[in-house]
Formats: sequence, C-alpha cells, structure tokens
Amino acid sequence: MKKYILCLLWPWASLVAQESIQGIILLQEGSASVAVEGANVYWEGTDVGTTTDATGAFRINKTNKTNQLIIRYLGFITDTLTVASDAKITHFLTPDLGSNLDEVTVVQRRKAIQKSFLKAQNIYTVNSTELLKAACCNLSESFETNPSIDVNFSDAITGTKQIRMLGLTSPYLMITEENIPMIRGASQAYGLTFIPGTWIESIQITKGAGSVVNGYESISGQINAELKKPFSDVPFFANLFSSVNGRNEVNLHGNVKLSDKWSTGIYVHGNQRTQRFDKNQDNFLDLPLSKQLNFFNRWQYTNPEKGWVSFLSFRWMEDQKQLGMMDYRPELHRNKQSVWGSEIDTQRFDSSLKIGYVFPELSYQSFGLQMAFSRHDQKAYYGYRNYNIEQQSFFANLLFNSIIGNTKNKFKSGINVTHDRYIEQVDQLDFNRVDYAVGGFFEYSYDSLEDFSLVTGLRLDHHNRLGTFLTPRVHLRYLPVEKTVVRASLGSGRKSANLFAENQTLFGTNRELVIRQNGGSIYGLRPEKAWNYGLSVRRTFSLGSQEFDFTADYYVTRFTDRVVVDWEKESQIAFYNLEGKSQANSLQLELDYNPSKNWSFRFAYKNEQVKTDYDRGYFQNPLTPKHRFFGNMGWENERNEKGAQWRWDLTFHQLGKQRLVATTRDPQGSFAPAYGLWNTQWTRAFNKQLEVYSGLENIGNYRQNRPIIGAEDPFGTIFDAAQVYAPIFGRMIYMGLRWNLN
Amino acid sequence: MKNYFYLLLLCLPMALTAQKQSKATSVSFEVNGNCEQCKHRIEKAGLALKGVKMIRWEIPTHQLSLIYDPNKVELDKIHKAIAAMGHDTDRFKAKDSIYNSLPMCCLYDRSESELQ
Repeated sequence: MKKYILCLLWPWASLVAQESIQGIILLQEGSASVAVEGANVYWEGTDVGTTTDATGAFRINKTNKTNQLIIRYLGFITDTLTVASDAKITHFLTPDLGSNLDEVTVVQRRKAIQKSFLKAQNIYTVNSTELLKAACCNLSESFETNPSIDVNFSDAITGTKQIRMLGLTSPYLMITEENIPMIRGASQAYGLTFIPGTWIESIQITKGAGSVVNGYESISGQINAELKKPFSDVPFFANLFSSVNGRNEVNLHGNVKLSDKWSTGIYVHGNQRTQRFDKNQDNFLDLPLSKQLNFFNRWQYTNPEKGWVSFLSFRWMEDQKQLGMMDYRPELHRNKQSVWGSEIDTQRFDSSLKIGYVFPELSYQSFGLQMAFSRHDQKAYYGYRNYNIEQQSFFANLLFNSIIGNTKNKFKSGINVTHDRYIEQVDQLDFNRVDYAVGGFFEYSYDSLEDFSLVTGLRLDHHNRLGTFLTPRVHLRYLPVEKTVVRASLGSGRKSANLFAENQTLFGTNRELVIRQNGGSIYGLRPEKAWNYGLSVRRTFSLGSQEFDFTADYYVTRFTDRVVVDWEKESQIAFYNLEGKSQANSLQLELDYNPSKNWSFRFAYKNEQVKTDYDRGYFQNPLTPKHRFFGNMGWENERNEKGAQWRWDLTFHQLGKQRLVATTRDPQGSFAPAYGLWNTQWTRAFNKQLEVYSGLENIGNYRQNRPIIGAEDPFGTIFDAAQVYAPIFGRMIYMGLRWNLN
Repeated sequence: MKNYFYLLLLCLPMALTAQKQSKATSVSFEVNGNCEQCKHRIEKAGLALKGVKMIRWEIPTHQLSLIYDPNKVELDKIHKAIAAMGHDTDRFKAKDSIYNSLPMCCLYDRSESELQ
C-alpha cells in the first residue's frame, strides 16, 4: 500500500512555472538512518505542501511568499527550515518525547517559550531549552528569561529570590508540581529553592484565574512544574556547576527501564557554599553559607494496551543555611547579643502516588487519582528571634474526564481533600492549628474547532476556617480574524494567610510585631479573597519576510478581603485586614521576533499599579516598580552532524523606581533609583552528550550600597534587612558542565 | 451536612456519563488525505453528525479512529459525510467535482488508490 502523493504537481506546474526544491527526510534509529514516509512538508502559512515517499524523498515547488519550510511528522518535533538556496535538503527529525499525542499544539517554530493558539487559558509553556538559559539552579531562578514572572530579592541576609506574577508575590500563585500543590504553607519562603532546576522537564505558567481542578487558592495565576519522567529521560545525566560567589552544585540522574512497563529514576542534588563574602563591608555576609542534599526516587508504570499510567515518588531533602555577620560562629555566639547570626534548617519529606487510567475502548474518557503526603520541618532562629514551623500535609484528588455528546464538549469533574497540621512557634508564642478542606469541582470545555472555545468551571469547597464557598472561573478564546487570538478570563480565589511563613523576611528585622486581630479564623484575621479578570490579545504578523508575534495582556486583581502587611511605620510590622481597596493592575506588551533560524528576540514592557489602602493612605506597594522593561536576544548555530553547537544569549532587565517605606535610611516619600541588569550565557555543545556553559550575571556590577539598615547595631530597634531593591552581590561569573549518556 | 449534599451533586455527572456511554462502539478505517488541513476537514465532518463521539484521523497512517453510538447514527452515514468533504473512504468515493475543489495540500493521489 503506497501512501505517498505529490499533491501539487499537475494543476499547478503548468500555471506557475517555478523551480522546485528536493530533499529527503530521515530519522535516527540507533546508528542507522531510516527514511520517513508520509512526513508533511509545506511552506509556512500557505497550502503548498507535499508528503514524503517511501524513500523519504519529496519535491516541492518554490513559492515567493515565504522561505520557511515546515517538516511535520507525528511524534516528532515539527521543524522549520529556512530555505536559502536550491540545494538538496537532508533533514533529520527529532523525536518529541514529551509530546502527548492527544494534545494538538500549533507550533510555528520550535520556540523555547510556546504560547498556545488553541487553549482558552493564557498558558505559556517553558520547555527545557528555555530553562537552560537561566544561570542556575532551582525553580526560583528558572524565570529570569521570562517576562511574565518577576524575580525579586526578598531580603539582605537569606539570599532568597522571590517571584511575582501580575504584581503579586508567590503566596497568591498556586505552585504545583505535576498538578499537586507544592509550595504552600510552611514552604512559602524557601520552597522554590527546594526544586532543583535539572529535575524540571517543563513549566506551565497560567496568567489569571486558572483552572478550578487544583483548588481555590490561585489568585493571580498558576505555575506547574513537570519533572523528568524515568520512562523518557536519558539513562544517565550529570551536571556540575560552580560560581565565583562560592556556590557549587552537583546533579546526578539515573534512569533504568526494568521491563517494558516499569521504569525507575533516581535523582540526587547537592549544593553548598562555604566561602564567606562581604563585598559591601557592612560586616554581614552578602550571601548565606548553605548546604542542601536532595534525593528523589520515582517509579513509573506504563501499560498502553490496558490504559494505565502510574507514578510513585519519594523525596527527602535537608537544607541548612547560616546567615548574619561575617564573624558569627553558632557554637560561640548563639543566644548572646554580641554577634548577630541566624541558622535555618529545613527537612522535608514528600511522597506521592498518581494513577491514571484511560478507558481502552473510549480514549476520551479517563480517571485520575493523585495522593500526596508531605512533612516540612523548619527550625530557625534569627538573632534573638526564634521561628519554628512544622507542617504535615495530605492531599488527594480524584478526577474524571469525559465528553458530553462528542469531543467538542468535554468535562472534568472530581473531588479533592486537603488536610494540614501546623505546629508553629514564633518566639515564645505557639500557633498550632489544623486546617482541612473538602471540595468538588466541575469544569466544562467547549471547542467549536474553528474560532471559539470556552472553559468554565465551578467548585464548591468546605474549609474549617474559610467556611463553605463557591469558586467560579471562566476562560474564553476567540479568533476574530486569522492569526489573532483574543482571550478573556474571570475568576475568584481565596486563601488563608500564613502570616509568618509567608513573611519570614520580617525576622531579619527587629521590628515589633503587631497583629490587629478582629476575631477572624486565622491568627485572629479573616481569610483573603480576590477576583481576577483579564484580557489578552495575541497577533502574529509579517513584515516582508520577517515574522513577528505580539501579545498584549491586561489583568486586574481586586481584593475584597486581604491581610495587609504594613511596613510603613518604622520599627513595626503590622498585619490587619484590609479596610478599603487593594488592587493590582498589570499591563504587559510583548514582542517576539525571529529574524532567522539562528536569532531570536523578545522584548517586553510591563506596567504594574499595585496599590493598597494602608493606615497611612492608598499607595503603591513598597519595593514594587511601576515600570519594567525586558529584553532577551538569543543566537545559536545549527548543530553539525556530530551534534556540536554554539549557543549564546543576553538578557536585560530594567526596573523603574521603587517606593521605599519610611526609615532612618530612606526618609518618607523616597524612591529607590531605577536601574538595569544584564546577564549573558554561552554554551558549547561538543556533541549530543557533552556541553559546557559559562555565564555572567549582573554584568554592570550594579549593587545596593547599604542593603541593611542599622547594620552597625543589629540588636537595636532600627535593624532591618528587608528593605532590599537591588542585588547585593555584584557581578557573578559561573561555569558548568552537562553530560548525558544516551 | 447540606454542604456534602452539594458536593455529591457536583460529582453526579461522573456517575451518569459512566453509565450512559456503554453503547459506544469503536471502529477504525482508512480515509484519504495528506495534511493538517485534511485532518481538520475530516474530523469536523464526522463530529458534525449526532452520535459521533470521538474522531481522530492520523496523518502518517491515514487511519481514522472513530467512536460512535450505532443507535443514533449508521456507520455508512459517517463514511458518506467524510466523502462529501472530498475525502475517499474505503466505502465511499468523493465526487470528482468535490475532489477537484479540495485545498491544494489535500489533493491526494487518486490514481493509485485501492479504494473502490
């Protein structure tokens, strides 16, 4: 049975006497090259196309509309070739291991960040190519080349980076690991640094309300990290990293296929910093001394005939940090008010079981069960302040997917249960509590297969502190004209504010703690509630032969209740329920431009008006710039037959002025200056197995001069390490190596 | 207790659909076409019929996987609907006039077709 067709030849050849291009499409099977029959070859944006014959060969007429030739074959990455000459094309396809064949994604070019045209939600997928551009080393640092997420400095002593989306900090995001809520409660402050970057396969970022399936806690967006899967990951991988700021890291992955159904993977991560730095000579460490060991073992069971997929995972992590003054030695100075120092020790255990079943006869219908248990135990002291928190958390989710009538109408329905036990100690005060919630959800999606789709969901939850409540969410997608997508979303979210865990930077100050209780159910305060709505327009267009991709987003988050964290009065930090207004308006304009296969550019501008009614008035939140500008430029050459390649990229962040709270250092009404940061990275791949990379962060060596207020008297009332608006450590050089065995 | 009642209500569709779809039949047959555009045309033609639950046409194999309810729609009717879009199936052939008006990349080779 021959299935090959040269579809355009006879009706066209006579009309448009054009030259044609010939080529051959192959794939690598072991060491042999195999011809690919039936691959689609067509000119981008036209209906001029053909398929390859049994020898993998094709012939296609040239067109004057474009020189971008698309090669598409199911289960392989869709490639776009720039055809510059009439030379015969020989092209190898790359297997798309991560692809889920049920999902149709329109990919114009294999981009590192993929924005979907087809999904109703505003989702960005960051794949492993993009993740490699970030210098290092864990989830909190994976967003530095992504304009949708801002990375901020949380304080001057812990060296932790904090992320924000739509102007709101990470507690207002739902951060999941393979759709199991991960960074919540006790792990809010440092949890992102407990997920090593090399374990991550891809990240999905949803702006705005998000889906109801994972819970009611997402307010401004959702971030989901997919980890590597033993079945599809390489058998062995090693990564070494070292930077001049004293950080050294090791990552080792090993995956074994035990049978055609079972596979297992062991992932080990270790990092440490033992060198002490004080470049700004304030007698405080610029970066903490740290040590982390992280083990992860997962088992995967796949049985495609019967329709079962299952994962069983275990993880154990220990992280130790020492921060504070250069001379601090815990054994000598602990509990003595002479030298200020701090230690944060965290132990965490995670386990999860996921079972998925697709009905063999009805491939549109499936069941999913997820269960996770974790224990997070943090012991810490900061100077003379103590903070301990332990959280035991259980989560279960039962999900059913099917259709109504036909696959244009799909639904997801299910229930989830969470149970959290907190044992929390702030100085001498105990705040122990148990939170539990039971909820059910239903999400319906409609796809016209043409220009319209809709996802709408509703959930009903009963929580022992938040009460019984409904969470509605709606997402619409509409294509008014070709190459233009309009999306709109609306939804609500709510959460209980974990005052201390979310604001651990307060322990790096000697501010007096004030909780203005009003009889609410969490620390005497009412839970937080907000609505989020937004509109996004995306359009791709060409100027000449150049292709552009433009996106404009506008999102509003309006709190109807919020726990305000008020730093406005010196020597005090106050928590109280919102009286009045709190609103975050975020505008983002983004332009992606790929002038050739080798070059890519991305520019973004953001305007964020994030204002809250404080005791003193309605202001922009402190340390939140109104204007940001982002630029990223990437270059790579084509891999040669050995797989050798050069890659380079340069990222620029410009932060506008930031409001500072009134302190002795920064009098009332002062602003931090606007500044820019440049980062760059080079990678040399010697072949498909071995790569070395090196980079520079903060090339301009921009630093905040006096990051700590009252550093000369760390036990005095004005001591405050939380007023940080810029890097503390200046220029940083790093290098690393990646090696995999295929 | 009232809350739990609502929860149950939300899960009701689960139970309902699980029972209702027992009549679904799944078949697979060959349909002619070449590209992404054909895929869209074929699947849309099938889904437009009541009783067709799921339809997926794969470019490399030209195989159409179909799940439908035989009480609501006859298999021949699905073949006919797809042929009416210009794509020959192993039971029905498209009219020449329709075939000729197919988009460029869908003009599959009919000369070697083994279909009758």
